[in-house]
Amino acid sequence: MFVIILGYAAIKKVNMYDNFVEGATEGFSTILRIMPTLIGLMVAVGTLRASGALELFVGLISPFMKAIGFPEEAVPLSLMRLISSSAATGLLLDIFKTHGPDSFLGRFVSVMMSCTETVFYTMSVYFLSVKITKTRYTLAGALFANFAGIIASLLITRSIF
Amino acid sequence: MLNWLWAGMIGVAIIVAGITGRFGDVTNAAITSSKDAVELCVTMLGVMSMWMGLMRVAEKSGLISALSRKMAPALRYLFPDLPRSSKAFHYISTNIIANVLGLGWAATPAGLKAMEEMQKLNPDKKTATKSMCMFMIINMSSLQLVTMNLVAYRLQYNSSNPSEIIGPGILATLVSTAAAVAFAKLWERGD
Repeated sequence: MFVIILGYAAIKKVNMYDNFVEGATEGFSTILRIMPTLIGLMVAVGTLRASGALELFVGLISPFMKAIGFPEEAVPLSLMRLISSSAATGLLLDIFKTHGPDSFLGRFVSVMMSCTETVFYTMSVYFLSVKITKTRYTLAGALFANFAGIIASLLITRSIF
Repeated sequence: MLNWLWAGMIGVAIIVAGITGRFGDVTNAAITSSKDAVELCVTMLGVMSMWMGLMRVAEKSGLISALSRKMAPALRYLFPDLPRSSKAFHYISTNIIANVLGLGWAATPAGLKAMEEMQKLNPDKKTATKSMCMFMIINMSSLQLVTMNLVAYRLQYNSSNPSEIIGPGILATLVSTAAAVAFAKLWERGD
């Protein structure tokens, strides 16, 4: 990536450093603009995790998920994946440690991790950076896409391995 | 929507903490989380400023417009509301390419610039446009095809074939992205 960008700029004889600094300055102010958003978001996620609400929710939906053939152990990870990337990685490594990366579960969560995204984080940062509060059908669409990805991962893992 | 979501998360946290008696933990989590957020921002200040700088170089050299010309037909189908000349197309292309390559740090600044450009064309500054919804839904459907960090984690836990999940991962990603496009297209028609 570096080589391509700088190489292309060198061929086109662009003032690289001037433009780099200009862009970096803008990046700087962008981060400062999204910083309060991020603080608010991470506080909400942090308190939710500490309160034990997620475990409670997982406990509630687990029997149902098990009934439809969804691996129970992957429920917390699937949920956390939508909320926090670092927490999801922690849970992923936990599964690798207890079940091994080459188990069915290990393969399934690997595939699932690659086709899902931290919905709440992305949505807050992007929309709040331009001060949009009415997000219409975005959340529904994102959850639908992630749900489709999780189901697809399960079916693909079942049929391939 | 986001206001409700945020208040809802905190509300649920407080109610559940009341039941489980974890008020102390919740208070601590609020403080640690805000500290973590600032630490994350400090890291991002460096990495994202660097990528924004490189992006500007790529923009000035014409690399980004060359790439976005290649993607133009697909992007015009996805974002029919945006005028052809809009700079949003450039940033959307950059964001998509960076996402596909798994360069999250490079994707975010381009994505934020794309939102900014789309917001300039938005008549109602508080409400998301169809293009914004489409962009966000695609973005959150995961576009990443190169998942090196996952392979690294698997290797770390002694997988006999750490990269075997790349193919299935790509397949699943295509499904989720197709679902995203279908959903957004159907909803914008009904709206």
